[in-house]
Amino acid sequence: MGTRRIVGPFNRVEGDLEITLDIADGQVAAAYVNSPMYRGFEQILQGKLPADALVLVPRICGICSVAQSAASALALADAAAIEPPRNGRLAANLTLATENLADHLTHFYLFFMPDFARADYAGRPWHAATVERFRATLGSAPNQVLPARARFMQMMGLLAGKWPHTLAVQPGGSTRPLQSSEIFRLHRSLREFREFLETVTFGARLEEIAALDSRASLDTWRTQRGGGDLRAFLAIAEDLDLWHLGRGTDRFMSYGCYGEGDRRLFPAGTWHAAAAALDIAAIEEDITHSWYAAAGLPQHPATGSTLPVAEKDGAYSWCKAPRLAGQVVETGALARQMVAGHALVRDMVAVGGGSVAARVVARLLELALVLPAMERWLAELTPGDPWCITGQTANETSGVGLIEAARGSLGHWITVRRGRIHNYQIVAPTTWNFSPRDSQGQPGALEQALAGLPASATEPLPAAIHHVVRSFDPCMVCTVH
Amino acid sequence: MNLLWLQSGGCGGCTLSWLGGEHGPLFRVLADEGIELLWHPSVSEAGVDQACDLIAQCAGGQIAVDVLCIEGSLLRGPRGTGGFHRFGGAQPMIEWVRQIATRAQHVVAVGSCSSWGGITAAGMNPTDACGLQYDGEDVGGLLGPDFRDRRGLPGINVAGCPPHPDWITETLAALAHGRIGAQHLDDYGRPRFFADQLVHHGCPRNEYYEFKASAQKPSDQGCLMEHLGCGGTQAHADCNQRLWNGEGSCLRGGYACIRCTEPGFEEPGHPFETTPKVAGIPLGLPADMPKAWFIALAALSKSATPARVRENATADHQLRAPSVKRGRKRGFNEG
Repeated sequence: MGTRRIVGPFNRVEGDLEITLDIADGQVAAAYVNSPMYRGFEQILQGKLPADALVLVPRICGICSVAQSAASALALADAAAIEPPRNGRLAANLTLATENLADHLTHFYLFFMPDFARADYAGRPWHAATVERFRATLGSAPNQVLPARARFMQMMGLLAGKWPHTLAVQPGGSTRPLQSSEIFRLHRSLREFREFLETVTFGARLEEIAALDSRASLDTWRTQRGGGDLRAFLAIAEDLDLWHLGRGTDRFMSYGCYGEGDRRLFPAGTWHAAAAALDIAAIEEDITHSWYAAAGLPQHPATGSTLPVAEKDGAYSWCKAPRLAGQVVETGALARQMVAGHALVRDMVAVGGGSVAARVVARLLELALVLPAMERWLAELTPGDPWCITGQTANETSGVGLIEAARGSLGHWITVRRGRIHNYQIVAPTTWNFSPRDSQGQPGALEQALAGLPASATEPLPAAIHHVVRSFDPCMVCTVH
Repeated sequence: MNLLWLQSGGCGGCTLSWLGGEHGPLFRVLADEGIELLWHPSVSEAGVDQACDLIAQCAGGQIAVDVLCIEGSLLRGPRGTGGFHRFGGAQPMIEWVRQIATRAQHVVAVGSCSSWGGITAAGMNPTDACGLQYDGEDVGGLLGPDFRDRRGLPGINVAGCPPHPDWITETLAALAHGRIGAQHLDDYGRPRFFADQLVHHGCPRNEYYEFKASAQKPSDQGCLMEHLGCGGTQAHADCNQRLWNGEGSCLRGGYACIRCTEPGFEEPGHPFETTPKVAGIPLGLPADMPKAWFIALAALSKSATPARVRENATADHQLRAPSVKRGRKRGFNEG
C-alpha cells in the first residue's frame, strides 16, 4: 500500500510550488503538482481600458516581465490592426532577447546548478569542485555571474528604461528611440556579455557551440580542453545519467519568436515524432482539477473564464490544464529548438528523449544562438527612422499575442467590448508544463516526468526530483496569475 | 544581523531587481555589511522539508529573526481565510507572516505590494490583497495600525514596483548598522534617503518641462506630464538621480512615471499613460506648487519656448541642435 507525501515549498523556482507524491514500492506512483497561490490578474483586467493592460500584465511576473509586456503589446496590436515600424520591431526583439538570455543564465547558475553541491553527492568525484563553484549564494559562480548579469542588463536600461516592468514595449513599437551613441553602448554591452559566455560558460566561441550537431559531437566537444561551466555540467550529467532522467511526453510546442521581416528566428510549430504546424484553435484549458467554477467543457482561451472557488471536489491546484488538441505538450527552450529543428537538439531527443540534460543543454545552446542574432538586430537599427506608431483600438475588437518567454510559450487573448477589456486570458509556459490532470485523467508534463522516480515516504527527498522539477525552469507566478 | 525573506502575493520582481544591484555580487555585499541570509526562496540552497523546518522555527521563536522581509501583497481572501496562498502545507501565508512579524526585530515591506497592496489590489481586488501595515493609503493592513517592531518602529516600506536594488540593500545595511530610527522614515514609513526626492529631480526632459514643450505620442522626446500621464513631479523617489540598470529610468525609457512608490498607484483614476485634465489643465500638479502660479508660469513659458525645444519635443530624434555662439572676441582664460 502506498503512502502520500506533500513536498514543498520548492525554492529556487520563481514563485510557489508544492508537489504531492503517492509513493509505493520505493518509487513515485503518481505526482500531483500544486500551484498554491492565486492573485487574479484575469479578474483585475476586466473592465480596464485596453492600454492599461501594459501596466498590469508585466507585473504578473518579475522574471518574464518583458515577455508578458510583449505578449500584451502583440495582442493589442492585433486588436488595433497595427504593426510597429522596423526599428520598433528590432527594439522589441532586442528587449525580449535580453530578458530571455538573462533568464537562461539565472536559471543555470542560481536555480539549477546549486543542487549538485548538495551533501547527497558528497561521494562523487566532481562534488568538491561543484561545491566551490556552484554552491547557492557562496559558490564562485553565483558571485561571478551576478555582476556579469548586471552588466548585461544595462542593455535594459537603454532599451527599456528599467527591468523588470517597463512600458517601453508598446503595440506600435518602442517608446525609446535610440541614437547612434546609445546603439554603440548597447553594442559594447553585448560584446562584453559574449566574452563572458565564451570564457566562463562555454570555454568556446558561441559559433562553435551553435554548430554542435549531435550527441556524439557534444560528447567529443566535452572531452576537449577549454574548461567552462557547460563542460562541468556535462561531466555531471554523464556520471548521474541525467540524459535518462525526467522524460516528459516528448510532444513539444513553440509559438515562435523574434520576427525578422516575414520570417521568425525561431518558428512556430509542434513536434511529436515529426514536425507539424501549430493549430492555435486547438488550444483548450481544462479546469476539472483546478479550483475554478466549472463552466462546462474545456474552453479555448479566447472565450475562457477565471472564476476561483475555495473548495472543489477533486481539485488540487490553482493552475488550469491547457491541452493542445487534447494532448499534453511540453514547452521551453528544448521544445523551441525541437520545433526549429536544431540538429543537436533533435539528436539529443532521438537518443534519449526529452530529459533533464537535454533541457539544460537546449537552454545554454540558445545563449549561443540568440546573442549573434542580437548583434545583427543592433546593426540594423536606423536612428532617424520611426520607432513607434499609434493606433486606435476599436470599441469592439479582439486580439491574440503569442510569444516565447525563456521558459516557453506565452499567449494572451483579449476581448474588448464598449472600449473596455471584457475578457483577458493568459496561458503561460509553466501552465502547460506544470498543469494538473485534465478531465481524461491525463497528468501534466511534470507529473509524467516525476512518475517512476525513486522516492521514500520518510527519507529526505532525493536530489533527482529537484533536478527534474527545476529542469523545466518553472515560473509559478506566471503559471497562476 | 540575520534576514528571513518570504514572498506572497506578488511577482518576485523585487527580488529580480535586487539581484541586479551594480555594486558587486549581492551575496558578498550582504556578507560585507554583516547580513546573514537565513533563507530566501529564490536563492537559498535549503528547500522543501529543511525550509519548512527553518520557517517553523522562526515562527515558534526557536530561531530569533532580526529582519523579516516580505515581498508581495498579503492575500486575505477568500473571506478572510488566506486560502489564496498556502505555504508549507496547509497554513495560509498570512498566518506565517503574523507569527514571525511579532517576533522579528524589524519588519520590512519590500515593494509596493507588501507596502500597500499594490498591483495585486487593483481592479476588484479579487484576493482581498493588502500591505503589511497599509491598505492603500490607509494605515492598517495585515498587521494593523498599532504594529511596532521589537525596536519600536512601524513596518518599513521600501516601496516601488519594483524598488531600485540600492533602496533594498541600503535599507538593510542601515538596519544592520543601527542607523534607522523613526526620524529616517517619511509619513508612509518609506526610508527618507530615497523618498525625500521626487522622480522629477534629475529628469533628462527637464528643459522640455520648463517650457511645457510636450510629447504628443510615445517615442517623442518632449515632457510627458501634459499629455502622456507622467507623475514624476509628484512621485517620491530618486529614480532620475540613482539610475536603473546602468543609465535607465522610466523617463529615460520614454514612458511616464506611474508613481509606483505611492500608495494606491495601481488605481490612478485615469488611463495610466494619459494625463487627466480639466479645461486643458492637468489635474495632477507638481508637489508643493500653487495652482495659480503653475498656470501662469506654464502660459508664460509656453509663449517663450525656443523653436529648438518646441520642434524637438514632438520628434523621436534631434531635429535642431543647440546653436553655437560665434563672435566671441576673447576666451574665458584671456579675461
